[in-house]
Amino acid sequence: MSPGSVRHLYVHLPFCASRCGYCDFVTVVGRRGQHPAYVDGLLAELELEREVLAPRLESIFLGGGTPTFTEPTELERLLRALPPALEVTVEANPETVTPELAELLQECGVNRVSLGAQSFRPRLLEVLDRQAGPDDVRRAVYALRDAKFDNVSLDLIYGIPGQSAADLDADLSDALALEPEHVSCYELEAKPGTRFTHAHGAELARQAEAMETYFERVVARLRAAGYRWYETANFCRPSGLADGRDLRSRHNLAYWRGRDYLGLGIGAVSTIDGQRWRTTPRLGAYLAALAVGDQPPRELEELSRDVLRSERVLLGLRLDEPLELAGLESALDWRAVDRLERLGLLKGGDAGVLALTPRGRFLGGGVTAEILA
Amino acid sequence: MEQERIRNFSIIAHIDHGKSTLADRILELTETVTGREMREQVLDTMELERERGITIKAQAVRVSWKGHELNLIDTPGHVDFTYEVSRSLQACEGALLVVDAAQGIEAQTVANAYLAIENDLEIIPAVNKIDLPQADPDAAAAEIAELVGEDPARVLRISAKTGEGVEAVLDAIVERIPPPSGDVSPEAPARALVFDSSYDQYRGVVAFVRMVDGSFTARERLRAMAAGTRFEAEEVGFFSPTMRAAESLGAGEVGYVITGLKDVSRLRVGDTLTSERRSADEPLPGYKDVKPMVFAGLFPTDSDDYPDLRDALERLKLNDAALFYEPETSNALGFGFRCGFLGLLHMEIVRERLEREFDLDLIVTAPNVAYRVVTQTGEEVEVHNPAEMPREIERVEEPYIKASIIVPKDYVGPVMELNTDRRGRFDHMEYLSEERVLLVYELPLAEIVLDYYDQLKSRTRGYASFDYDVIDFREGDLARVDVLIAGEPVDALSLIVHRDAAYSRGRALVDRLREEIPRQFFDVPVQAAIGSRVIARETIKAKRKDVLAKCYGGDITRKRKLLERQKAGKRRMKQVGAVEVPQEAFLAVLNLDGSKK
Repeated sequence: MSPGSVRHLYVHLPFCASRCGYCDFVTVVGRRGQHPAYVDGLLAELELEREVLAPRLESIFLGGGTPTFTEPTELERLLRALPPALEVTVEANPETVTPELAELLQECGVNRVSLGAQSFRPRLLEVLDRQAGPDDVRRAVYALRDAKFDNVSLDLIYGIPGQSAADLDADLSDALALEPEHVSCYELEAKPGTRFTHAHGAELARQAEAMETYFERVVARLRAAGYRWYETANFCRPSGLADGRDLRSRHNLAYWRGRDYLGLGIGAVSTIDGQRWRTTPRLGAYLAALAVGDQPPRELEELSRDVLRSERVLLGLRLDEPLELAGLESALDWRAVDRLERLGLLKGGDAGVLALTPRGRFLGGGVTAEILA
Repeated sequence: MEQERIRNFSIIAHIDHGKSTLADRILELTETVTGREMREQVLDTMELERERGITIKAQAVRVSWKGHELNLIDTPGHVDFTYEVSRSLQACEGALLVVDAAQGIEAQTVANAYLAIENDLEIIPAVNKIDLPQADPDAAAAEIAELVGEDPARVLRISAKTGEGVEAVLDAIVERIPPPSGDVSPEAPARALVFDSSYDQYRGVVAFVRMVDGSFTARERLRAMAAGTRFEAEEVGFFSPTMRAAESLGAGEVGYVITGLKDVSRLRVGDTLTSERRSADEPLPGYKDVKPMVFAGLFPTDSDDYPDLRDALERLKLNDAALFYEPETSNALGFGFRCGFLGLLHMEIVRERLEREFDLDLIVTAPNVAYRVVTQTGEEVEVHNPAEMPREIERVEEPYIKASIIVPKDYVGPVMELNTDRRGRFDHMEYLSEERVLLVYELPLAEIVLDYYDQLKSRTRGYASFDYDVIDFREGDLARVDVLIAGEPVDALSLIVHRDAAYSRGRALVDRLREEIPRQFFDVPVQAAIGSRVIARETIKAKRKDVLAKCYGGDITRKRKLLERQKAGKRRMKQVGAVEVPQEAFLAVLNLDGSKK
């Protein structure tokens, strides 16, 4: 490991009021009594790992779970103990964002909030098991604006069972009306083993063809509203419309550019110097290890140079900036690159950079699978 | 042994009617095999035979019973081996006709009983499995008596499983079957019928023979009269039940000749062996050069396995003179072999042995029959592959079969309907009993090679039994239908069909391919065409979306593995032009009439 060089920190806060059916993240429902112990654990883990972190970080991301469901005093204790960073993002569920919480976040140095809006149709929110209603989303955004947050991101989900094209258009309109700096749009994934897949998997498969155009609709609508489609699923206001600020998520850009990052908390993943590890997802084991000053159990994956190169291609092609190919040549099947260039899905292979064409960006997964050697 | 005391016989039975069990009991009762040596179904030696319960290679075993020498000649139990069965029967003077007391007679029983009658054999009918609770020996005895024109009282009732009545069977063999009547004089010209052969990796081809006239001794110079092959008999002998060398084989006896030949095709079943010193002028009657009738392309799933497939076919061919193969190159499937088989079961056996014994992963193209084609220039060619069917044709002939189908009378309608759909010509029908009917049809072989048997079974709830024999070649109004994927003809999907069915088959094939071929990055037209005329067309629409929705720090490994799997999936596809076609698509043609997946 190269001490003091990692500039991106992820902190996992697993607690949620309830579990949404489609979610397959590491979450812990309720257990308010354990919040202090968990924050103690995070801070102890941070001390164990601190040597890998640069003195000043570029980004911190608090994800979940529902980070804003964490007891406010505990959340504050955690935020105040984290090292300083240029961008500090907290994920929040709309119903948790009160004016007081917004103030607290602002005071503790948070400068970006990512709100899990998902949809503005009550019927669809219910399908997703979300606790917030459409007005909760609006109230949350106003509360954040009142607390002087000038970088708010909204998460939307499309492809929800029963969602018509008109529903999708209305969701996009409602989201745009709130003038978010950043929007993430994900197609709903029916992940194997989730309660949601059990209940809705068959219906989703039936709707697949009808929903095929939704991705195109999302991209067209947000671009028409002036947003930059900077990553497969992410959009932001361009700097020209944001006083010259770059509103792309610094933290997530680090992943897509293949930077090293440290993850703290249960189930969190770190990638540093060609090693990737995932900390145990079990709360008990995590706390027990840290209570006696040990590193929590982790699952280690050695990333070979070949794998790292493949990942650079896989991640880099998600962005709207060309991927520099220097050093990555061996990761590519060049005949496939040629073929896909001829099909108008890729461009720039000869010029030492590679990028998906606008049409290619809609097929990026398949294209990447094809061009990896 | 003098001929008066020799009896040569076969057992004729439908699959599972108990032939092998009866053979086992005979070996036990005659003390040919001791208890310790006894294992179930001694005569079926190949692993595959044991598992499928069918006998592929005939063998002959000599047993002693009350001062007589009995030779049991085992016959292969299936339609594809009719010729081998007929040769085995020709080596006998009599046959045991065994019928399951619960099942009654089946199409195969009828076909083989007729073969035995044609060969002038004395038939000893027996009803087996009388110990089963659901057995109806009287009904089965009535059917069998009717079939062979015998008094029902003379039908033996046995249980090969318990041994009940098996002694009576042996007595009946001695009493009812006539002894052989060949020329036994020492200087008689020697003639022996080759009724089967096998290949031993150390000793070469072993011929199973019935000595008809004269005798052979070890080290004697012999000649196969049809093939013209000459060799020295390295050893002669008989099976009891394992190989036992003898000084000589005399007229009327059954045994083996070790030839030392390294190639089974030099000594075909049905040929006559004679002695160079006491040479016969005329071979025994009935030799036929059996030709494969059903053909299919065999391709290794992984093209690197091509040499292994070639070696495996070479080795199978050593023991299976009827197997035919030649290299084939397909634009879609790469290097493989076009193989010829006697029939569908033969094909299935070869395929299973390749996959099981040689551990090969194969794509087998849809089977087709042999066609005799006269081109417009008057040239006659035999075509084994639809993709090689000349486009300028004067006339095409295709093989026809005579099919015997036995069904309960309630299913006569559906079976007639099926046969009519398959261009069948009704020959006749007869009631075997009040309940069961024998239907005889003439059908083009091409109509049964795909899914006929499955259809027959499903339309009769599994009650139909079916047998066939190739009768002749007849002219047909046939068309070659080609498939084009993104404008590229795909040779492995070409088919030859009756012109009346060309449109519907082409349509069905195109529909199936549209389902089987995944959507690509561009529109893919799929067409069926006769010559340059397109008869059906579908378009596989281009994919509009293929992205991994979320990809953050905790997802990268999983997403990478997802892409690796996707990539591996693509590697298993076959490239047709720019289109990736899954291997399953090449089997689409196999069940066009079947229900959609």
